[in-house]
Amino acid sequence: MKGRKNTASFPNILAMIFRSLYGEREKRMPARHQRHHPKNKKTAQTRPDGPQTRVSGGDFSDKLHAYFDLHAHALFSSLGRLVDSPYTSIMTITVLAIAISLASGFYIVVANLQQLAGNLEASNQISLFLRDDISDANARKFAASIKRNPSVQEVKLITKSEAMEEFQTYSGFGEAVKSLGKNPLPNVVQVLPENALEDRQELENLLNTFKQAFEVDFAQMDMDWVRRLQSFMELARRAGILLSLLLGVAVLFVTGNTIRLELHNRREEVVIAKLVGATNSFIQRPFLYSGFWIGFFSGVAAWFIVAVMMLILKRPIEELSGLYEGDFHLLFLSYSETLVLLFISSLLGVLGSWAVLSYQLQQLKPE
Amino acid sequence: MRKPLSTHYSSTTENVMLKFDRVSKRYPETGDVLRNISFHLQHGEMAFLTGHSGAGKSTLLKLIAVIERSSRGQILLDGHNLNHAKDRQIPYLRRKIGLIFQDYKLLQDRTVFDNVALPLLIAGYGRHEVSRRVRASLDKVGLLGKERKYPLALSGGEQQRVGIARAVVNKPPMILADEPTGNLDPELSAEIMHLFEQFQQVGVTVLIASHDISLISQMNYRVLKLDHGQLVAS
Repeated sequence: MKGRKNTASFPNILAMIFRSLYGEREKRMPARHQRHHPKNKKTAQTRPDGPQTRVSGGDFSDKLHAYFDLHAHALFSSLGRLVDSPYTSIMTITVLAIAISLASGFYIVVANLQQLAGNLEASNQISLFLRDDISDANARKFAASIKRNPSVQEVKLITKSEAMEEFQTYSGFGEAVKSLGKNPLPNVVQVLPENALEDRQELENLLNTFKQAFEVDFAQMDMDWVRRLQSFMELARRAGILLSLLLGVAVLFVTGNTIRLELHNRREEVVIAKLVGATNSFIQRPFLYSGFWIGFFSGVAAWFIVAVMMLILKRPIEELSGLYEGDFHLLFLSYSETLVLLFISSLLGVLGSWAVLSYQLQQLKPE
Repeated sequence: MRKPLSTHYSSTTENVMLKFDRVSKRYPETGDVLRNISFHLQHGEMAFLTGHSGAGKSTLLKLIAVIERSSRGQILLDGHNLNHAKDRQIPYLRRKIGLIFQDYKLLQDRTVFDNVALPLLIAGYGRHEVSRRVRASLDKVGLLGKERKYPLALSGGEQQRVGIARAVVNKPPMILADEPTGNLDPELSAEIMHLFEQFQQVGVTVLIASHDISLISQMNYRVLKLDHGQLVAS
């Protein structure tokens, strides 16, 4: 679908680019021609053409223009060939786009999780779950006593009933919990230690003091699960890198194979070009541009795939985040990340083609 | 209109365009295809290479175009020893030779103009110069006005003339033709041969492989005869 839409507007864009390229050159032509012609004859008479002489005739700017002409021609003719066989192109590009979108999708998931973990990182909060037989009044007293500890910055008591209310509102299990008859939730005291208390050892000491208190059933440092989350994140990040590497290799091979087939289809042309003195770089050029286009369009398609996925997931994720009272905003690929995505996919396309070409052109001998 | 191409060479090297010095070519499967071949062609000389099929005519031409390498002996092309040519130099050596084939080897999906322009694009000429030279070359072979046609729309003789226009468009000092009239009737063959004579007259060295004895005998040029890989007459 996307491909179609693109192809429909290609001819116009191409025509525009060509007009701007060639319209300009046409004006310059006569002057350059007059300038270069007598010179051309002179050099041709004084200098025998050794095998090192790449171009016989024409001054530097003429050669430069010819060189850019060749590149422009290769750039657009390879694009033209992609458009000429839309089904093959769309199939290849779709496969590559899925591979690239998997890698970049994984990257975004990790980036979002990292953001989430980043929000949590600040909390080195300690939760004290009080014994069941401690009354609300005693719990308040206990909280007040903790508040007097110099290492403690802030104390917040969440009573059984408050916790229950919150649970019923957000969990959706309200009715089920009511049927229990008895509130199973404990009183919880949330302790925020002094900021100065960065040292892990001191935090452990504080935690141990709380653990020994009669009222405390179970004490837990939130830091611990933040750490667990972080190590999980590290795992996910590495898995993401491995996955991206594998998918990158897949992209290389798929592009390489596509180019190999194209080379095979145009074998006759390549042989003739070799026979009339084409260098390997001349022959390679249009194929490398094909690889570039394949990679580039796969990158664009992958961006769209990721974008659509994110749009589909955006609402449920933000609802979920709302339930946790988090100010979590879904991250998407930034401009620079998008550029990197397109750059890497184009680069993979070119590299895949280059690897295949440098091998195949060695093998390919005329006749 | 067309200037002699190779006059400036005479002062630099001895006046030899192509020199074979005891050249042999052996294929692992078939053994010696060429044995101890020695001859040379002057600048601007025209010669025929003849012999029965399988005598080694095509192999000899392939050695000159560095499509194959000799097993023994030296080949000098315009002063360059082909034995010492590195792979990356081969394209530049090939630009000294206009190759013409029995089956024309034209690109069917390109116009006559694009076919003839190919060597110039490869050599890096600007568009204006390409257009000028292609027209001059097509004019020379009598196909001016057919630039926009595709090869399949042309007769065999015309296709071969496109092949010749492509071979000479880059003004190479030497033309190699492998059975250029093999697919043509005698009248068209004579026309093609006449074209080669015209190139020879402006200083191009021409070597034509052909087994068309009657055609060769009508023309008064040197004949190199191969028999089972050996040069039997020169």
